[in-house]
Amino acid sequence: MAEFTLPKNSKVQKGKKFPAKAGAKNVRTFRVYRWNEDDGQNPHIDEYEVDMDSCGPMVLDALIKIKNEIDSTLTFRRSCREGICGSCAMNIDGGNTLACTKAIDDCKGDVKIYPLPHMPVVKDLVPDLTNFYAQYASIKPWLRTETPAPDKERLQSKEDRAKLDGLYECILCASCSTSCPSYWWNGDKYLGPAALLQAYRFIADSRDEDTGARLDELEDPFKLYRCHTIMNCTNTCPKGLNPAKAIGEIKKLMVERKGV
Amino acid sequence: MPQPARPLSPFTTIYRWPLAMALSIVHRMTGIAIAIGLLLVVWLLLALAHGPESYATARALCGSWLGLVLLFGWTWALTFHLANGIRHLFWDVGKGFSIQQAKASGIAVIVASLVLTALIWACVFAQGGK
Repeated sequence: MAEFTLPKNSKVQKGKKFPAKAGAKNVRTFRVYRWNEDDGQNPHIDEYEVDMDSCGPMVLDALIKIKNEIDSTLTFRRSCREGICGSCAMNIDGGNTLACTKAIDDCKGDVKIYPLPHMPVVKDLVPDLTNFYAQYASIKPWLRTETPAPDKERLQSKEDRAKLDGLYECILCASCSTSCPSYWWNGDKYLGPAALLQAYRFIADSRDEDTGARLDELEDPFKLYRCHTIMNCTNTCPKGLNPAKAIGEIKKLMVERKGV
Repeated sequence: MPQPARPLSPFTTIYRWPLAMALSIVHRMTGIAIAIGLLLVVWLLLALAHGPESYATARALCGSWLGLVLLFGWTWALTFHLANGIRHLFWDVGKGFSIQQAKASGIAVIVASLVLTALIWACVFAQGGK
Protein backbone atom coordinates (compact mmCIF):
# COMPACT_ATOMS: atom_id res chain seq x y z
CA MET A 1 0.00 0.00 0.00
CA ALA A 2 1.19 3.44 -0.83
CA GLU A 3 2.69 5.40 2.04
CA PHE A 4 2.15 9.11 1.67
CA THR A 5 3.85 10.21 4.90
CA LEU A 6 6.97 9.07 6.69
CA PRO A 7 6.54 6.40 9.36
CA LYS A 8 7.18 7.41 12.97
CA ASN A 9 10.75 6.11 13.10
CA SER A 10 11.62 8.06 9.93
CA LYS A 11 10.54 11.59 10.90
CA VAL A 12 13.51 13.89 10.46
CA GLN A 13 14.71 15.96 13.41
CA LYS A 14 17.13 18.81 13.92
CA GLY A 15 20.72 17.72 14.43
CA LYS A 16 24.08 19.18 15.32
CA LYS A 17 25.79 22.21 13.88
CA PHE A 18 29.46 22.22 12.90
CA PRO A 19 30.56 25.86 12.46
CA ALA A 20 33.40 26.79 10.12
CA LYS A 21 36.84 27.51 11.55
CA ALA A 22 37.42 31.12 12.55
CA GLY A 23 38.88 33.09 9.67
CA ALA A 24 37.05 31.20 6.90
CA LYS A 25 35.69 33.83 4.51
CA ASN A 26 33.90 31.93 1.79
CA VAL A 27 31.53 29.62 3.71
CA ARG A 28 28.69 27.43 2.41
CA THR A 29 26.36 25.48 4.66
CA PHE A 30 25.63 21.84 3.88
CA ARG A 31 22.54 20.32 5.51
CA VAL A 32 23.00 16.58 5.47
CA TYR A 33 20.60 13.75 6.40
CA ARG A 34 22.06 11.52 9.11
CA TRP A 35 20.88 8.22 10.53
CA ASN A 36 22.81 5.61 12.45
CA GLU A 37 21.34 2.28 13.46
CA ASP A 38 23.36 2.14 16.69
CA ASP A 39 22.26 5.29 18.52
CA GLY A 40 18.55 4.38 18.50
CA GLN A 41 17.46 7.86 17.45
CA ASN A 42 15.39 9.21 14.57
CA PRO A 43 17.10 10.58 11.47
CA HIS A 44 18.30 14.15 11.80
CA ILE A 45 19.83 16.93 9.71
CA ASP A 46 23.37 17.98 10.61
CA GLU A 47 24.67 21.34 9.46
CA TYR A 48 28.24 21.65 8.26
CA GLU A 49 29.85 24.96 7.38
CA VAL A 50 32.53 24.38 4.76
CA ASP A 51 35.23 26.81 3.71
CA MET A 52 34.83 26.93 -0.07
CA ASP A 53 38.28 28.48 -0.56
CA SER A 54 39.80 25.08 0.23
CA CYS A 55 37.12 22.86 -1.33
CA GLY A 56 36.69 21.39 -4.80
CA PRO A 57 33.78 22.45 -7.01
CA MET A 58 31.52 19.40 -6.76
CA VAL A 59 29.15 18.31 -4.00
CA LEU A 60 31.18 15.10 -3.63
CA ASP A 61 34.30 17.22 -2.98
CA ALA A 62 32.46 18.89 -0.09
CA LEU A 63 31.23 15.55 1.33
CA ILE A 64 34.76 14.12 1.22
CA LYS A 65 36.11 17.30 2.84
CA ILE A 66 33.49 17.04 5.60
CA LYS A 67 34.39 13.40 6.21
CA ASN A 68 38.13 14.13 6.20
CA GLU A 69 38.22 17.31 8.23
CA ILE A 70 34.97 17.85 10.15
CA ASP A 71 33.06 14.64 10.93
CA SER A 72 34.56 11.27 10.04
CA THR A 73 31.31 9.44 10.94
CA LEU A 74 29.53 10.77 7.82
CA THR A 75 28.78 7.79 5.57
CA PHE A 76 28.16 7.79 1.82
CA ARG A 77 28.99 5.69 -1.24
CA ARG A 78 31.45 6.98 -3.81
CA SER A 79 34.01 5.54 -6.15
CA CYS A 80 34.93 6.91 -9.57
CA ARG A 81 34.26 10.65 -8.91
CA GLU A 82 33.61 11.15 -12.65
CA GLY A 83 30.00 10.07 -13.21
CA ILE A 84 30.54 6.57 -14.51
CA CYS A 85 30.13 4.27 -11.50
CA GLY A 86 26.80 5.56 -10.19
CA SER A 87 27.73 5.03 -6.53
CA CYS A 88 27.22 8.57 -5.25
CA ALA A 89 23.62 9.03 -6.40
CA MET A 90 21.67 11.02 -3.80
CA ASN A 91 19.08 13.75 -3.49
CA ILE A 92 20.84 17.11 -3.74
CA ASP A 93 19.00 20.43 -3.73
CA GLY A 94 15.66 18.65 -4.30
CA GLY A 95 16.67 16.49 -7.25
CA ASN A 96 18.32 13.10 -7.63
CA THR A 97 21.75 13.20 -9.19
CA LEU A 98 25.38 12.16 -8.79
CA ALA A 99 27.26 14.09 -6.10
CA CYS A 100 30.43 13.91 -8.20
CA THR A 101 28.99 15.69 -11.25
CA LYS A 102 26.75 18.17 -9.39
CA ALA A 103 28.44 21.56 -9.01
CA ILE A 104 28.02 23.22 -5.63
CA ASP A 105 27.49 26.54 -7.44
CA ASP A 106 24.39 25.09 -9.14
CA CYS A 107 22.65 24.61 -5.76
CA LYS A 108 20.44 27.34 -4.35
CA GLY A 109 21.10 28.54 -0.79
CA ASP A 110 22.15 25.93 1.75
CA VAL A 111 23.07 22.68 0.03
CA LYS A 112 20.52 20.08 1.19
CA ILE A 113 21.61 16.48 0.84
CA TYR A 114 19.37 13.45 1.44
CA PRO A 115 19.60 9.79 0.49
CA LEU A 116 17.68 8.70 -2.63
CA PRO A 117 13.97 9.24 -1.81
CA HIS A 118 11.58 6.63 -0.38
CA MET A 119 14.23 3.99 0.23
CA PRO A 120 15.18 2.06 3.36
CA VAL A 121 18.26 3.76 4.82
CA VAL A 122 21.27 1.64 5.79
CA LYS A 123 23.23 4.58 7.20
CA ASP A 124 23.29 8.33 6.51
CA LEU A 125 23.27 8.73 2.69
CA VAL A 126 23.43 5.01 1.92
CA PRO A 127 20.10 3.47 0.81
CA ASP A 128 19.36 -0.25 0.59
CA LEU A 129 19.22 -1.01 -3.16
CA THR A 130 18.49 -4.76 -2.83
CA ASN A 131 15.02 -4.47 -4.41
CA PHE A 132 16.31 -2.19 -7.17
CA TYR A 133 18.99 -4.70 -8.20
CA ALA A 134 16.55 -7.63 -7.95
CA GLN A 135 14.23 -5.80 -10.36
CA TYR A 136 17.12 -5.26 -12.77
CA ALA A 137 17.97 -8.99 -12.58
CA SER A 138 14.30 -9.86 -13.19
CA ILE A 139 14.35 -8.44 -16.73
CA LYS A 140 17.23 -10.83 -17.53
CA PRO A 141 19.62 -8.20 -18.82
CA TRP A 142 21.63 -10.27 -21.26
CA LEU A 143 21.25 -11.33 -24.90
CA ARG A 144 18.78 -14.20 -25.07
CA THR A 145 19.22 -16.20 -28.28
CA GLU A 146 17.84 -19.36 -29.89
CA THR A 147 19.96 -19.65 -32.99
CA PRO A 148 23.24 -21.51 -32.49
CA ALA A 149 26.17 -19.26 -31.64
CA PRO A 150 28.20 -18.29 -34.72
CA ASP A 151 31.96 -18.95 -34.89
CA LYS A 152 32.67 -15.30 -34.20
CA GLU A 153 30.56 -12.64 -32.45
CA ARG A 154 26.96 -11.92 -33.43
CA LEU A 155 27.15 -9.09 -35.92
CA GLN A 156 25.00 -5.99 -36.06
CA SER A 157 24.63 -3.25 -38.67
CA LYS A 158 25.67 0.28 -37.79
CA GLU A 159 22.00 1.32 -37.95
CA ASP A 160 20.94 -1.40 -35.53
CA ARG A 161 23.80 -0.52 -33.23
CA ALA A 162 22.68 3.12 -33.27
CA LYS A 163 19.32 2.03 -31.83
CA LEU A 164 21.10 1.27 -28.55
CA ASP A 165 22.42 4.81 -28.15
CA GLY A 166 20.74 6.49 -25.20
CA LEU A 167 20.04 3.06 -23.65
CA TYR A 168 23.35 1.32 -23.04
CA GLU A 169 24.87 4.31 -21.22
CA CYS A 170 22.77 3.74 -18.09
CA ILE A 171 24.98 3.29 -15.01
CA LEU A 172 22.17 1.98 -12.74
CA CYS A 173 22.61 4.76 -10.18
CA ALA A 174 18.87 4.53 -9.29
CA SER A 175 18.34 8.30 -9.53
CA CYS A 176 15.42 7.87 -11.94
CA SER A 177 13.56 5.07 -10.18
CA THR A 178 13.74 6.81 -6.81
CA SER A 179 12.52 10.09 -8.34
CA CYS A 180 9.34 8.44 -9.62
CA PRO A 181 6.13 8.86 -7.57
CA SER A 182 4.75 5.62 -9.03
CA TYR A 183 7.88 3.87 -7.78
CA TRP A 184 7.41 5.51 -4.37
CA TRP A 185 3.86 4.14 -4.09
CA ASN A 186 4.37 0.78 -5.81
CA GLY A 187 8.12 0.10 -5.79
CA ASP A 188 7.50 -3.51 -4.78
CA LYS A 189 5.48 -4.29 -7.92
CA TYR A 190 6.32 -1.60 -10.48
CA LEU A 191 9.74 -2.22 -12.06
CA GLY A 192 10.64 1.47 -12.23
CA PRO A 193 12.28 3.49 -15.02
CA ALA A 194 15.82 2.09 -14.66
CA ALA A 195 14.83 -1.57 -15.03
CA LEU A 196 12.38 -0.72 -17.82
CA LEU A 197 15.00 1.29 -19.75
CA GLN A 198 17.22 -1.79 -19.60
CA ALA A 199 14.31 -4.04 -20.61
CA TYR A 200 13.91 -1.85 -23.70
CA ARG A 201 17.67 -1.89 -24.31
CA PHE A 202 17.42 -5.64 -24.96
CA ILE A 203 14.08 -5.44 -26.78
CA ALA A 204 15.67 -2.91 -29.15
CA ASP A 205 18.82 -5.01 -29.70
CA SER A 206 18.77 -6.64 -33.15
CA ARG A 207 20.85 -9.56 -31.78
CA ASP A 208 18.34 -10.48 -29.07
CA GLU A 209 15.91 -13.21 -30.16
CA ASP A 210 13.46 -13.23 -27.27
CA THR A 211 11.48 -10.02 -27.77
CA GLY A 212 8.11 -11.78 -27.53
CA ALA A 213 8.92 -13.34 -24.17
CA ARG A 214 10.35 -10.04 -22.92
CA LEU A 215 7.10 -8.27 -23.76
CA ASP A 216 5.06 -11.12 -22.22
CA GLU A 217 6.98 -10.68 -18.99
CA LEU A 218 6.11 -6.97 -18.86
CA GLU A 219 2.41 -7.44 -19.76
CA ASP A 220 1.23 -6.85 -16.22
CA PRO A 221 -0.86 -4.14 -14.53
CA PHE A 222 2.06 -3.12 -12.32
CA LYS A 223 5.47 -3.98 -13.82
CA LEU A 224 5.11 -1.65 -16.81
CA TYR A 225 1.79 0.15 -16.68
CA ARG A 226 2.30 1.99 -13.38
CA CYS A 227 4.23 4.47 -15.54
CA HIS A 228 1.95 7.50 -16.00
CA THR A 229 4.50 9.61 -17.89
CA ILE A 230 5.19 11.86 -14.92
CA MET A 231 8.63 12.45 -16.53
CA ASN A 232 10.58 12.79 -13.25
CA CYS A 233 12.93 10.04 -14.45
CA THR A 234 13.93 11.87 -17.61
CA ASN A 235 14.10 15.21 -15.81
CA THR A 236 16.50 13.87 -13.19
CA CYS A 237 18.76 11.41 -15.08
CA PRO A 238 22.37 12.56 -14.44
CA LYS A 239 23.46 10.89 -17.70
CA GLY A 240 20.86 12.73 -19.80
CA LEU A 241 19.03 9.54 -20.81
CA ASN A 242 15.28 9.27 -21.41
CA PRO A 243 13.66 6.36 -19.54
CA ALA A 244 10.17 7.85 -20.10
CA LYS A 245 10.64 7.54 -23.87
CA ALA A 246 11.96 3.98 -23.57
CA ILE A 247 8.90 3.01 -21.51
CA GLY A 248 6.69 4.74 -24.11
CA GLU A 249 8.33 2.63 -26.83
CA ILE A 250 7.61 -0.57 -24.88
CA LYS A 251 3.96 0.45 -24.46
CA LYS A 252 3.79 1.13 -28.21
CA LEU A 253 5.20 -2.32 -29.01
CA MET A 254 2.59 -3.87 -26.71
CA VAL A 255 -0.17 -2.27 -28.78
CA GLU A 256 1.44 -2.93 -32.15
CA ARG A 257 1.88 -6.65 -31.55
CA LYS A 258 -1.83 -6.95 -30.86
CA GLY A 259 -2.31 -5.81 -34.45
CA VAL A 260 -4.27 -2.67 -33.65
CA MET B 1 18.25 -12.68 9.00
CA PRO B 2 16.30 -10.14 11.09
CA GLN B 3 16.14 -6.74 9.42
CA PRO B 4 16.88 -3.69 11.56
CA ALA B 5 14.03 -1.16 11.63
CA ARG B 6 15.40 1.01 8.88
CA PRO B 7 13.92 4.46 8.39
CA LEU B 8 12.35 5.41 5.08
CA SER B 9 14.15 8.29 3.40
CA PRO B 10 12.06 11.46 2.84
CA PHE B 11 10.36 11.83 -0.54
CA THR B 12 7.44 14.22 -1.18
CA THR B 13 8.68 16.73 1.40
CA ILE B 14 12.15 17.12 -0.09
CA TYR B 15 11.65 16.60 -3.84
CA ARG B 16 11.62 19.77 -5.93
CA TRP B 17 8.56 19.45 -8.15
CA PRO B 18 9.24 19.70 -11.87
CA LEU B 19 6.36 21.20 -13.90
CA ALA B 20 5.56 17.84 -15.51
CA MET B 21 5.09 16.19 -12.10
CA ALA B 22 2.78 18.96 -10.90
CA LEU B 23 0.70 18.68 -14.10
CA SER B 24 0.47 14.92 -13.70
CA ILE B 25 -1.06 15.31 -10.25
CA VAL B 26 -3.38 18.09 -11.45
CA HIS B 27 -4.50 15.75 -14.26
CA ARG B 28 -5.62 13.22 -11.65
CA MET B 29 -7.29 15.80 -9.46
CA THR B 30 -9.18 17.36 -12.39
CA GLY B 31 -10.33 13.86 -13.37
CA ILE B 32 -11.87 13.45 -9.93
CA ALA B 33 -13.27 17.00 -10.00
CA ILE B 34 -15.00 16.35 -13.35
CA ALA B 35 -16.67 13.23 -11.97
CA ILE B 36 -17.93 15.08 -8.90
CA GLY B 37 -18.94 18.09 -11.01
CA LEU B 38 -21.08 15.80 -13.16
CA LEU B 39 -23.34 15.35 -10.13
CA LEU B 40 -24.01 19.09 -10.31
CA VAL B 41 -25.01 18.77 -13.96
CA VAL B 42 -27.25 15.80 -13.17
CA TRP B 43 -28.89 17.81 -10.41
CA LEU B 44 -29.46 20.67 -12.88
CA LEU B 45 -31.11 18.29 -15.36
CA LEU B 46 -33.26 16.77 -12.61
CA ALA B 47 -34.38 20.25 -11.62
CA LEU B 48 -35.19 20.99 -15.27
CA ALA B 49 -37.30 17.84 -15.52
CA HIS B 50 -39.06 18.62 -12.27
CA GLY B 51 -40.65 21.84 -13.47
CA PRO B 52 -40.13 25.58 -13.87
CA GLU B 53 -40.05 26.36 -10.15
CA SER B 54 -37.31 23.95 -9.19
CA TYR B 55 -35.35 24.96 -12.31
CA ALA B 56 -35.57 28.59 -11.28
CA THR B 57 -34.10 27.64 -7.88
CA ALA B 58 -31.30 25.71 -9.56
CA ARG B 59 -30.56 28.61 -11.90
CA ALA B 60 -30.44 31.05 -9.02
CA LEU B 61 -28.00 28.80 -7.19
CA CYS B 62 -25.80 28.42 -10.28
CA GLY B 63 -25.89 32.18 -10.75
CA SER B 64 -24.76 32.88 -7.19
CA TRP B 65 -21.08 33.55 -6.61
CA LEU B 66 -20.55 30.07 -5.12
CA GLY B 67 -22.33 28.44 -8.07
CA LEU B 68 -20.28 30.47 -10.54
CA VAL B 69 -17.00 29.60 -8.80
CA LEU B 70 -17.92 25.89 -8.92
CA LEU B 71 -18.94 26.12 -12.57
CA PHE B 72 -15.79 28.03 -13.54
CA GLY B 73 -13.72 25.44 -11.68
CA TRP B 74 -15.56 22.56 -13.30
CA THR B 75 -15.12 24.07 -16.78
CA TRP B 76 -11.42 24.58 -16.19
CA ALA B 77 -11.03 21.02 -14.83
CA LEU B 78 -12.72 19.75 -17.99
CA THR B 79 -10.63 21.81 -20.41
CA PHE B 80 -7.40 21.02 -18.55
CA HIS B 81 -8.16 17.30 -18.51
CA LEU B 82 -9.04 17.45 -22.20
CA ALA B 83 -5.89 19.35 -23.21
CA ASN B 84 -3.61 17.21 -21.06
CA GLY B 85 -5.37 14.10 -22.36
CA ILE B 86 -4.38 15.14 -25.88
CA ARG B 87 -0.81 15.60 -24.58
CA HIS B 88 -0.96 12.02 -23.31
CA LEU B 89 -2.15 10.83 -26.76
CA PHE B 90 1.02 12.29 -28.30
CA TRP B 91 3.10 10.41 -25.74
CA ASP B 92 1.13 7.25 -26.55
CA VAL B 93 2.38 7.40 -30.14
CA GLY B 94 5.94 8.05 -28.92
CA LYS B 95 6.14 11.79 -29.55
CA GLY B 96 7.17 14.69 -27.30
CA PHE B 97 9.30 12.88 -24.75
CA SER B 98 12.29 15.25 -24.62
CA ILE B 99 12.60 17.47 -21.55
CA GLN B 100 12.13 20.62 -23.64
CA GLN B 101 9.10 19.25 -25.53
CA ALA B 102 7.44 18.00 -22.34
CA LYS B 103 7.93 21.38 -20.71
CA ALA B 104 6.63 23.28 -23.74
CA SER B 105 3.59 21.01 -24.08
CA GLY B 106 2.91 21.40 -20.37
CA ILE B 107 2.88 25.19 -20.66
CA ALA B 108 0.73 24.90 -23.80
CA VAL B 109 -1.79 22.78 -21.85
CA ILE B 110 -2.04 25.39 -19.07
CA VAL B 111 -2.52 28.23 -21.55
CA ALA B 112 -4.99 26.25 -23.68
CA SER B 113 -7.10 25.25 -20.67
CA LEU B 114 -7.34 28.85 -19.45
CA VAL B 115 -8.14 30.21 -22.93
CA LEU B 116 -10.79 27.55 -23.54
CA THR B 117 -12.40 28.23 -20.17
CA ALA B 118 -12.47 31.96 -20.89
CA LEU B 119 -13.93 31.34 -24.37
CA ILE B 120 -16.65 29.03 -23.08
CA TRP B 121 -17.72 31.53 -20.43
CA ALA B 122 -17.53 34.44 -22.85
CA CYS B 123 -20.01 32.50 -25.01
CA VAL B 124 -22.24 31.73 -22.01
CA PHE B 125 -22.38 35.36 -20.91
CA ALA B 126 -22.79 36.60 -24.49
CA GLN B 127 -25.84 34.33 -24.79
CA GLY B 128 -27.22 36.00 -21.69
CA GLY B 129 -27.13 32.83 -19.60
CA LYS B 130 -26.84 33.79 -15.99
